[in-house]
Amino acid sequence: MKRTEDSWLLRVRNLTKIYGEPNENTLALTGPMFNSNQCPETDSIVACADINFDLFPGEVLGIVGESGSGKSTVVRLLYFDMEKSDGDAFLKPYQAGLANILEESNQKKRFIRNHLMGMVYQNPRDGLNFRFTSGGNIAEKLIMAGNMNVRQIRGRSSQLLEKTEVPVLRMDDRPSSFSGGMQQRVQISKAIANNPPLLFLDEVTTGLDVSVQAKVLDLIRELQQDLGIAMIVVSHDLSVIRMLTDRTLVMKNGRIVESGLTDQILQDPQHEYSQLLVSSLL
Amino acid sequence: MVENKKFVNRYNFAFIDEATKKEIRRKLLKAIAIPGYQVPYSSPEMPIARGWGTGGLHVTLAIIGREDIFKIIDQGSDASVNACNLREFVHHMTNVKTTYDTAEATIIQTRHRITEEELKEDQIFVYQVPQPEPLRGVERYENKTRQMHGEADYAKMWVSLYESFVQHGDIMLGAGYPVMVNKRYIMAPSPIPKWDVPNLSQSKALHLFGAGREKRLYAVPPYTTVEPLEFIDVKFHTENFKEMPCYKTGYKKAFLDELYFDDGTQHYVINDSNFLDKLAEENTPVQHSNQYINQLEA
Repeated sequence: MKRTEDSWLLRVRNLTKIYGEPNENTLALTGPMFNSNQCPETDSIVACADINFDLFPGEVLGIVGESGSGKSTVVRLLYFDMEKSDGDAFLKPYQAGLANILEESNQKKRFIRNHLMGMVYQNPRDGLNFRFTSGGNIAEKLIMAGNMNVRQIRGRSSQLLEKTEVPVLRMDDRPSSFSGGMQQRVQISKAIANNPPLLFLDEVTTGLDVSVQAKVLDLIRELQQDLGIAMIVVSHDLSVIRMLTDRTLVMKNGRIVESGLTDQILQDPQHEYSQLLVSSLL
Repeated sequence: MVENKKFVNRYNFAFIDEATKKEIRRKLLKAIAIPGYQVPYSSPEMPIARGWGTGGLHVTLAIIGREDIFKIIDQGSDASVNACNLREFVHHMTNVKTTYDTAEATIIQTRHRITEEELKEDQIFVYQVPQPEPLRGVERYENKTRQMHGEADYAKMWVSLYESFVQHGDIMLGAGYPVMVNKRYIMAPSPIPKWDVPNLSQSKALHLFGAGREKRLYAVPPYTTVEPLEFIDVKFHTENFKEMPCYKTGYKKAFLDELYFDDGTQHYVINDSNFLDKLAEENTPVQHSNQYINQLEA
C-alpha cells in the first residue's frame, strides 16, 4: 500500500497521562533525562507524555521498553480503558479522522471499540469474561456490533475459533478450563470478531512457554497477512518486536526516546537506552 | 392544654403521612415520564418487613383515594395469606371498598401475576417487586448497572440469554423475563410468568412497580410498547400447558396451576381465582389478547 502523508489510519498527538496533581514544571522535570517519571516537586507520576505517532493501514508498530515505561498505558488510553490527561487521537474510519476519539462520549467510545478496534491483553482475564463460555465471549463482541441472530453468531464464532486453531468442539466450554495458550487464542478470536482495522496487542506472549509463544506469534503474523489489520504490539521482548513489527517506538520513563524501522533500531540503536536494550538481548 | 389536632386520629388516611405520600407520588410521576427507568425513593417503614410487599403497599397507599375500589391478589389468588393480610390492612387504614372482581376494581395490587381478565383505562395495576434490577444476574455492582442502563449498554444481558440458549437449547428464564420498555430501558417485570409478559405491551391500564426492600419505583404507562428480549432466530414464547384443560371449567386458554390429587392423578386448574369463579358461574370475562394467547383455543 502506498503511504502518503494523509493515508494514516491512527494519528496520536501529545498523548499524556499523569497520576496525581502536576504543576507547570512536572513535565520538564521528568523523563529519561532525569531517569524518573515522578515529579520531584509534586510527587505526581507521569505515566506517559508527549506521545506522537502515525499508524498506517496494515502496518505493525511495536512499542518496546522496560516495565513502567508507559507502553501499556499508551494502548490502554487508545482503547479507552483509562482516561487521558491530555492529547488527541484520530481514527480515519471514524468521522473521516476529524473527531478526537479520546473526547467522545462513552457510548461513541463503545461504538469505536466494538466496530473499529480489538484488544488482546497479557492476562486473558482482562479481555475475557470467565463466567461466559468462549463462544459467549466472542458473541459479546458480535452482539455489541448489532448481530442478533444466534445461528450467525455461532457460525462466525466457530469460524474464528477454527482460524485461531481452538477446537470448535470446545466453543461451549468456559475459558477457565482452557490452557493459557488457548485462552490467548480465544482472546484473539474475540478481538478480531468484527474485522476491525486496528488491533492492540499488550504483551500477548508474556507468561506462555516458548513453543506456545511461537504458535501465538505465528497466528498473529498470519492474521496480519490475511486480513491486513494494522497493529500496535506492546512488548518488552525484543524478539517478539523483531518478528512482528515494521516500525518501533522505544519508550523510557514515559517518553519516546527513539523511533524508526525495527531493523534499523535493532542493528544500529542510537539512544543510550536502546543500545542497552539491544545489547542485553540474549 | 393546647389541643393538637394532628394527633386526634391515630393514623393518617392510608397510614403514610401526607409529606411522604407526596414524595412517593412525585417519584411515581418521574417513573411514568421515563418508562422502565428505576427511580429511587424513600421506602418508609411499614408495619410489615421490607421485602414482604412493602413496595406495592407504598404505591397503593400513596395513590389510593376514598372513592377507589381495591383488589389484591397473590399468585393469582384473592384468598392467599399475603393478599388477605394486605387487603385487611389497606381496608383498615382507608376504609375503601374492596373486591374480588377484577372488572370492578380501580386499583389492583399483585404479587407474581397479571389478572387474566383484560385491564381497562381507568385501572391501575400495582406490583410488589422483589428484585427491580434486571441486570443483577450479570453485574453485581449497583453503580455499574446504573451506568449500563444510562448508556443502554445491554450486551452482557444478551450474552447471558445466548449462553442460556447454548447450554439448554432454550432461554431458560421462567418468571421475570427481561423486557425492553419503549425501546430504551431493559426492565424486570417482577416475577410474573412469561404468560403475562406480552400483556404489559400496549396495555390500557397504568402499571406501577414498587420494590420496597430495594427502594426503587418504576412504571409502564398505558399504551407503551414492551418487548420481551429475543433473538432474530431464537424467539420468546409463553408457557406451554400441552393443551391441558382446567379440570373445573374445561378451559384451555389461561395460565394453569398443576395439581396432584391424593390418588396421584395430575390435574390443571386456572390460576387466576376470580377468572376461574367467573367462568364457573358461566360468565364470559374479556381476556387479554396477544399473539401468544390468540394462537390457543379456548
